[in-house]
Amino acid sequence: MNIYIQGMGCVSPQQTAAEGPFLAEIREYEGNRLKVLDPDYKQWIPDANTMRRMGRVVKMGIGAAKLSLQHAGIEMPDAIITGTAYGCLADTGVFLTRMIQRQESALSPTPFIQSTHNTVSGQIALLLGCHAYNSTFVHKGFSFESALLDSIMLLREKTEQQILIGGVDEITDHSHTILSRFGLYKQEPVRNTALLQSTTKGTIAGEGAAFFVLGTTKGAVKLTGLDTLYKPASQQEVSSAIQGFLATHRLSTADIDLLITGRNGNAGEDAAYTQLTQTLFPQTAAAAFKHLCGEYPTASAFAMWMGAQIIQQQQAPAGILYSGTAPQQLNRILIYNQYQGTHHALILLEKA
Amino acid sequence: MSEPVWIAGGGVICGIGATLPACVEAFSRMQPGMEEVQYLHTIHRGVFPVAEVKADNATLAAQAGMPAHISRTALLSKIAAQEAWDSTGLGDLLQYRIGFISANTVGGMDKTEDFFADYLQHPDKGRLQQVLHHECGSVTELVADAMGIRHQVATISTACSSGANALMYGARLIRNNIVDIVIAGGTDALTRFTLNGFNTLMILDQQPCRPFDDTRTGLNLGEGAGYVVLVSDVMRKRLPNAPWCRLSGYANTSDAYHQTASSPDGIGNYLAMKGALDMSGLQPKDIAYINLHGTGTQNNDSSEGKAIERLFAPDYPAVSSTKSFTGHTLGASGGIEAVFSALAVQQGIIYPNARFATPMKEWPVAPATVFSSGNKLSHVMSNSFGFAGNCSSLVFSKE
Amino acid sequence: MADLKAQIIEQLNLQEVKPEDIGNDQPLFKEGLGLDSIDALELIVLLQQHYGIRIANPEQGPEIFQSVRTMATYITAQQKQPG
Repeated sequence: MNIYIQGMGCVSPQQTAAEGPFLAEIREYEGNRLKVLDPDYKQWIPDANTMRRMGRVVKMGIGAAKLSLQHAGIEMPDAIITGTAYGCLADTGVFLTRMIQRQESALSPTPFIQSTHNTVSGQIALLLGCHAYNSTFVHKGFSFESALLDSIMLLREKTEQQILIGGVDEITDHSHTILSRFGLYKQEPVRNTALLQSTTKGTIAGEGAAFFVLGTTKGAVKLTGLDTLYKPASQQEVSSAIQGFLATHRLSTADIDLLITGRNGNAGEDAAYTQLTQTLFPQTAAAAFKHLCGEYPTASAFAMWMGAQIIQQQQAPAGILYSGTAPQQLNRILIYNQYQGTHHALILLEKA
Repeated sequence: MSEPVWIAGGGVICGIGATLPACVEAFSRMQPGMEEVQYLHTIHRGVFPVAEVKADNATLAAQAGMPAHISRTALLSKIAAQEAWDSTGLGDLLQYRIGFISANTVGGMDKTEDFFADYLQHPDKGRLQQVLHHECGSVTELVADAMGIRHQVATISTACSSGANALMYGARLIRNNIVDIVIAGGTDALTRFTLNGFNTLMILDQQPCRPFDDTRTGLNLGEGAGYVVLVSDVMRKRLPNAPWCRLSGYANTSDAYHQTASSPDGIGNYLAMKGALDMSGLQPKDIAYINLHGTGTQNNDSSEGKAIERLFAPDYPAVSSTKSFTGHTLGASGGIEAVFSALAVQQGIIYPNARFATPMKEWPVAPATVFSSGNKLSHVMSNSFGFAGNCSSLVFSKE
Repeated sequence: MADLKAQIIEQLNLQEVKPEDIGNDQPLFKEGLGLDSIDALELIVLLQQHYGIRIANPEQGPEIFQSVRTMATYITAQQKQPG
């Protein structure tokens, strides 16, 4: 059984939610925080009464989900699965702040209701009137990957289905401030387009939503494989895992036409990517994506959207490559992302 | 894909007991866990009864073998997950291909709300250690790391149905041959965030809650954790003791009606129960007992009653809401009630529904009000329905 | 009642509604402004925050929140009550 990407949609800091050539121009940002370029959400959520309570992360999720359904040409999926590490941070922050400031009295229910992690999946179901399977994975750098694994299992269990699955996370003023205190982001002035050449520590914060419709009948891109590696003991273990993963699919590193890594401008972590690519993929062209969407726990969903677009359009935009030249034929893309050194994920995409 | 998945053991910590045997004892003695708030710092102390785990964090940390400064959600999780594992007699966990699938809704919020009080004074204030494990997934990893589980670690958050979905996902990981064993369930500590949140919805009862009673006016919050150990058919043969039962059916559906309210006819509830029943290959009459979602709110109980009526009328199995003892433990409830339900099959237990007096108008069926064991229960259903329309039902079977 | 309308719009985040769009006797719920049970809870918070009026039983909501006029009448009546 093959699994195909039949539709996809992406709301991100880049011009991904509108019609137009695929990442023809990379949007430039100054500073260590990339915000989603909000499309007009009314096109997907026409009822103002429905929209008024929704947080930004919910709208982002709905936008990407609706785009992917439109792309797949379907209205009703057989399952809705979302991965989100942080969930609805903005509403959580509002409720928490008021709870403390008003000393636990005179609190509005809306931010509490909207704060639960399953709001995105739930609101999509509500909007579609979809009674089918509905789940939300909230596991740090594996939130999207768990959702993807769930989708793959659902399709293995019953092939004639179409699964709506995506990853979404938002950054808020509070979360950016707090995560900055952990030293995650660059302190010095930074421009996203120069991120990959950075020699300092830290990265830039990001956010976004990418959704997909997966099915077992034909689509332009095949989702061939997924694997995760939790807290590997060494770089050697990562290398072995990648080789093992490719071997499972009867492939060698030379069979990969384009490697997409989670390189994020954090000098220490990027050195590990460099070492790995030089050893395992010396001949392979490599691309990056976090200078486009920023770093966040479900950024791999953006990478999968980008990889699938590259295969479908048979074109790797100039702004994403950081080493080698992309071959004419882009038949097989390996995405290798790691989040904070603890969550490593591999996604293999192929031309159908 | 239809390989049997067995329940090899379980563990629970909640407001009525720190271990599963202690909980069963509390049921048999008709001792619900609702009391005045004792450990949570809140202005609502004395207003809303809650079913807290009767121990402070230092005590729980010693029991869990973890540091006392981490989230109570993680401490509760570790205690119940360890009890579940130990109950299987499978020995050293490291020798197996094993997953930890844990659900929660609050993550490390108990610490975050302390942090935020300082942080709101000034963005440089607040101890970072208190928000280090804010994320739901972090709570799961603290426990997975402490137990040495690496193959599959995942966190599910679908509000009040979270724990049940963890069992479902765990069973599917086994059936898809990704792991052989899964410790699956959920955990949630009581927090100001959730207590105040439910208070804004005006569905907290100022008295001990009365699920499925006509006079019900809301729920009581609780806290705790509950996990089962799911094993493959192959692993079953290596168990030193017979498994408790089999997870024979499960279904997850969406009510798709309203952000918080259940549909009047409980369409999502009905579809979940029907789906789980269909998967187990059973007829409604085969179910001997239903562990109800039964929160005690007007809306929840009447929707669940209507859905049961549609599927089961005119002959109803025994039903009861154990939330009348444990309070609503949110992300943990599906896990805790799965353990109760699996044990019900093994030991023929029908749990009592505390404080029931008057049948409700919408579905005038009396739940069980006394504890009994040694009943012949071949098949038991457990319902978990939540916010945002997430509905899940599980079926446990003797063979 | 204009103040009250503005407060309702803010509390409920009615982004596209202006105070003058809401008739004094226009039903707030269902076919009127299209409000629902969550809005009723929000209006209870509004009364507490702006007028210091506490409603403990949400079942009182539908009667008080029929229209802006019924809300205003209720507020005036509560404020006249001693203590």
